[in-house]
Amino acid sequence: MAKETSEYLLEVKNLKKYFPIKGGFVSKTVGNVKAVDGVSFRIRRGSTMGLVGESGCGKSTVGRTILRLQDKTDGEVLYNGREVFSLSKQEMRQMRTKMQIIFQDPYSSLSPRLPVGEIIGEGVREHRLVPPGELDDYVTKIMRECGLQEFHKDRYPHEFSGGQRQRICIARALALNPEFILCDEPVSALDVSIQAQIINLLRDLQKQFGLTYLFISHDLSVVEHISDTVGVMYLGNMVEFSETEKIFEKPLHPYTVALFSAIPVPDPDYKMNRIVLQGSIPSPADPPGGCKFHTRCEKCMEVCEKVQPEFREVAPGHFCACHLYDGASPDTKR
Amino acid sequence: MAKKNQDGYLSAKEARRISRENRRITNRMEKQRKRKNVPESEYLTKMRDPNNAVEFDNLHTYFFTDAGTVRSVDGVSFDVPIGKTVGVVGESGCGKSVTSLSLMQLLQRPQGQIVEGEIRLNLGDKACDVTKTPNEVMQRFRGNYVSMIFQEPMTALNPVFRIGAQIDEVIELHDTANRSKAQIRERTIELLKMVGIANSEGVYSMFPHELSGGMRQRVVIAMALACDPRIIIADEPTTALDVTIQAQILDLLRQLKNRTNASIMFITHDLGVIAEMADYVVVMYAGRVVEKGTAEDIFHHPAHPYTIGLMNSKPVVGKKVDALYSIPGKVPNPVNMPNYCYFRDRCEMCVGQCDGAYPPEAAISDTHKVSCYRYAGGKGGD
Repeated sequence: MAKETSEYLLEVKNLKKYFPIKGGFVSKTVGNVKAVDGVSFRIRRGSTMGLVGESGCGKSTVGRTILRLQDKTDGEVLYNGREVFSLSKQEMRQMRTKMQIIFQDPYSSLSPRLPVGEIIGEGVREHRLVPPGELDDYVTKIMRECGLQEFHKDRYPHEFSGGQRQRICIARALALNPEFILCDEPVSALDVSIQAQIINLLRDLQKQFGLTYLFISHDLSVVEHISDTVGVMYLGNMVEFSETEKIFEKPLHPYTVALFSAIPVPDPDYKMNRIVLQGSIPSPADPPGGCKFHTRCEKCMEVCEKVQPEFREVAPGHFCACHLYDGASPDTKR
Repeated sequence: MAKKNQDGYLSAKEARRISRENRRITNRMEKQRKRKNVPESEYLTKMRDPNNAVEFDNLHTYFFTDAGTVRSVDGVSFDVPIGKTVGVVGESGCGKSVTSLSLMQLLQRPQGQIVEGEIRLNLGDKACDVTKTPNEVMQRFRGNYVSMIFQEPMTALNPVFRIGAQIDEVIELHDTANRSKAQIRERTIELLKMVGIANSEGVYSMFPHELSGGMRQRVVIAMALACDPRIIIADEPTTALDVTIQAQILDLLRQLKNRTNASIMFITHDLGVIAEMADYVVVMYAGRVVEKGTAEDIFHHPAHPYTIGLMNSKPVVGKKVDALYSIPGKVPNPVNMPNYCYFRDRCEMCVGQCDGAYPPEAAISDTHKVSCYRYAGGKGGD
């Protein structure tokens, strides 16, 4: 493992994040919302990992925990081989410039009271990344790279459209010269034509600066387009993880199959053999026993209700947590 | 047009002049609208084709704001045939929702006004022009003939009333059958069952916050269907939902439509959803219809450069491209629309005539119409 640390920028091992439910007279903890319940994956340097799943399945919680925006309950987050949660306050402060985030909603993630130049330059000045005299030129340079004009610097966020605000958010993240950017649904609030602009921008920046992305989205077509590897989450667990081509060509887990079949295809003649999942996602405060998906699964077997399937490699490089592939060695089944 | 100083902002004097002018226009229109006892002859009209449920004819809906007049809908014409689904696609701000609100007469008045055009609503034996219909008559149409499913199931329901009470109210206000309280309750529970809510008795006495997004959207659909409307306007009904829930809701809408033979006007910006649901497609851009036709016409032979650009900018599963196509530039400012084709500045297929006036509608086939000089067949140019 030791030599792989250079290949993988980020490694997450069995990460857990529980939110306590307080109740009763003295606010005792009466239960836990298991938002993330044992998730493992790793991201290669300079690549993009897509994380998909329904709302409430814990995608964003994984992202936020990796960035140490909230504490973990258990597990490990290794960044460049170092545990993020063991860093001291000062080390963490330096680490913050390396890991940046782009939020989903460009309308609420920009301060309405700061001009754009200040929004982008604030972090740079705070971390003293460039000498004070060069800050202005530096901000201009970053803005150019993100497709913003120099005269935008003195304007306020409300004067911009959604797509341009998202560019400001990207510029703000990029200004700190990060290695890793967490993109938490960066395009889902935007129109189709603007989406394409932002996705292209993100890809260009990745090529230019060798960035590593964790791309959280529920739009599967966007994820397929941008990512190298894809992880599918369901109710706090990773159910499938593989390279993008493999997972879209031959999804293994019944949930992934259903999820992919639900993507609307822009072709009126397209034959639909859609698997419509019945019901909705169960409450993470009281998840069903055994395999968490068994309540909605088409191929549910007896064992599924009792034993939680292990997340294991069922084909080379293809991880899946499902009893259907229990007996299979990495390349015999399917 | 409004004059602006060099910083791009309106001067106070100019803003005052605009708002005075606006008030003059809107007051006149409101006065016209608030008259009592309008004779039927004023708003009764005839359908061009009795097989249509709604006909939009050269509709102009403007908003008289303090920054100038926003031409949200600027000459929109299309038909919604009975029993068919018409999909309306376009980016945000292109006037999709304003078109549907004009049909419901739910525009934000007095700023929002229909200044020109007709919306003919088929009432079976007669037809009426919604733009001239007085409010109290319109109230009888809403719910019974036209109803709307709103985009955000979170905000479309009142958080302080129980689900049952909210649907009961719709039936009580709009239903003509004069049901008793118990009958209304029965009907509500029947509706909840119809939209696929298993625990309908229980949901009847729940509050909106106790339901998930998909369930709330079902409740909103039940509410819209309460009085068996002929036309259902679905304003981005699945945009806020996950793909799996979206598939459930689309399935449900399709079933319900087939059962009641209603027409659906389906507004969305997702081309995939449109392809799945719609029989006819209308593509809007900056307040105008740029292309309309059957779903096959639009998806297999897109003609307008905007439609083509829109199709290419959406990543499709299974199709690997290196970089997505993105339409350059942005939508023109709605206060200050150009007098040539609105799409010219972003278009990569311009021809010489594009500098002229806004292109007229050209027919490619009987069903397929497009507003672009490339198809005008030499007769355009004026």
